[in-house]
Amino acid sequence: MSTISIQGLTKRYPRVTALEGLSVEVPEGVCGLVGANGAGKSTLIKILLGLTPATSGTATVLGDDIHTAATAIRRNIGYMPEHDCLPPDASAAEFVMHLARMSGLPVDAARQRTADTLRHVGMYEERYRPMGGYSTGMKQRVKLAQALVHDPRMVFLDEPTNGLDPTGRDEMLDLIRKVHTRFGISVLVTSHLLGELERTSDHVVVIDGGRLLRSESTGNLTSQTHTLVLEVLDPAGGTDATETARKALAERDLSPRASGDLLYVPVTGPDTFDLIRDTVSAQGLGLVRLQRDRHRIAEIFGEPAAREGSAGDGDDH
Amino acid sequence: MATTTEPGKTGAIHNIGYRRYDGPRLGRRDIFLALYGQTLKGTFGIGRGLGAKIFPWLLFGSTVLPAFILVAVQTQIPPGPEGPQLLVEFGAYTVMVQAVPSLFLASQAPQAVSRDLRFHTLPLYFSRPLSYVDYVRARVAGIATGLGILVAAPLLVMYIGALLLEFPIGDMTLKLLAALVSLVFLVAMFTMIGTLIASVTPRRGLGVAAIIAVLSGSYMAATFLQALLGSFVSEPASAWGGLLSPITIYDGIQAFLFGWSPVDAAPSTPAVAPGAAAGLTLLAAAVAITALCYRLLLLRYRKVSRS
Ligand SMILES: Nc1ncnc2c1ncn2[C@@H]1O[C@H](COP(=O)(O)OP(=O)(O)OP(=O)(O)O)[C@@H](O)[C@H]1O
Ligand SMILES: [Mg+2]
Repeated sequence: MSTISIQGLTKRYPRVTALEGLSVEVPEGVCGLVGANGAGKSTLIKILLGLTPATSGTATVLGDDIHTAATAIRRNIGYMPEHDCLPPDASAAEFVMHLARMSGLPVDAARQRTADTLRHVGMYEERYRPMGGYSTGMKQRVKLAQALVHDPRMVFLDEPTNGLDPTGRDEMLDLIRKVHTRFGISVLVTSHLLGELERTSDHVVVIDGGRLLRSESTGNLTSQTHTLVLEVLDPAGGTDATETARKALAERDLSPRASGDLLYVPVTGPDTFDLIRDTVSAQGLGLVRLQRDRHRIAEIFGEPAAREGSAGDGDDH
Repeated sequence: MATTTEPGKTGAIHNIGYRRYDGPRLGRRDIFLALYGQTLKGTFGIGRGLGAKIFPWLLFGSTVLPAFILVAVQTQIPPGPEGPQLLVEFGAYTVMVQAVPSLFLASQAPQAVSRDLRFHTLPLYFSRPLSYVDYVRARVAGIATGLGILVAAPLLVMYIGALLLEFPIGDMTLKLLAALVSLVFLVAMFTMIGTLIASVTPRRGLGVAAIIAVLSGSYMAATFLQALLGSFVSEPASAWGGLLSPITIYDGIQAFLFGWSPVDAAPSTPAVAPGAAAGLTLLAAAVAITALCYRLLLLRYRKVSRS
């Protein structure tokens, strides 16, 4: 079942088109929304929340139409903006408590849920101190807490790992995973980095320039875009080992791409790995390395030509 | 309640059984009232730190204390031949202490709205059930109520004092009501002007300074023009000079509606209430200023809510 259903959503600003005929279904669970800077991620979230109007197109969030039921949507959703939004002179406890009330919780419930939610995000004694003195990690947790405090059915998290160090990022990603698995709340989470959301998300939507590049379950996406990287060596001392291997692999219907001494080969099936190994050794070459290339966002965004291809692939599979 | 303790990857995040909330959720009206209440309390520093309480209560004291003193002095004055006379009319009091509501507004309007703008907190409000219009109304209503309490409190002190001194109760009650009705105009204009200025000055200090400058500058200009018109044109003409500032508009309206002498007429000349044309113009000006600032305020927040 879809939590969010988007049809032909377009958003034009005076000078840029932020979203261009975007249509996509977001399933329950954790959905990653991935795109480079300016891809339109934040714009999409703001439209879904009714904060900014769409130029054309429609969408429903948990069954409510963005044009006619924005208030109902805002009741069901928790929103964590990408930018800083915490007054430095307030404490986390009073700030989250106030926002709980703004979500419609009665005073006692707001107090109780504030205490619980701050504990769930890992804020203890420091919740009574002014937020101006918090680390980025603590600020991000408070921002997450205010999105969860009214026990929404779904949360929109806009770049929750922004500005965090690797440890902080891992903690935040674990926490996001738990928001779904333990709290039972669906999540839409944005990031620049596909690799980052790969671990956390059940499903990934990739957008670029306001258009849909692909929408896949995480399992599918990784197996399809999974690339092996290999490096070969001629035991006889030949210098064109890489080129020899590339030709041989191409003859076996693989699509190797050379980059310096490295060859990148997209995985097309479960036997790709074995095929590469056998082909290379049949040429009398040694394999220095053959491993999975942890794909980065660049790989999916690729050059414009490659982009068209992968978008097409996404629809076919 | 199930308590799961899971040794997660990090020790920092404990996973103590999440509980869903299935209690009541209040509607927009109640959320509005919650924001209104928070704003009103905030104008007197309630729910904020000790430092935030000092200034509003100092101002409150400095407007209520003179009222007590007036009552105390009044007890020492024997009634004149035409019966007892109030030392200061209820309607005249607010103009005498006009700096106090001005300072209150200048300190509390930025407190109520500038912080949310400056620290980008507004998206957190607007992604919740309240609309930006609800937000503006709740903030404005909270500031207006705070200001209203500040200006009405000393009048109540004087009124109760007058009753204890056995001034005629019917007469006093009418005077009080007339003064309070007139104050509605002042509070409305002040609140809208102050909130509008605060909404375009995310830096709080700047907002405070701008509000003081606008209120005191316009007041000086208005009294100056009134004096000029009164001396060189005619006494009734001086009422038109009052159009320049909210305090003098309020004062003129009060004189026009209830026939009291405006406080700001030059002391040497016997004060005259504005004529029909001037009086109606002052009324229209009060309504226009209030409505215009409110419209601009809504436009401002409409823009903010979409960015
Ligand atoms: N209020 C606005 N007025 C004009 N243009 C805007 C506005 N908001 C966003 N844009 C433009 O729309 C495009 C999409 O912006 P958006 O913020 O949605 O991207 P994003 O994917 O969230 O990027 P980032 O990763 O930098 O947060 C950008 O080109 C941006 O400059
Ligand atoms: Mg963004």
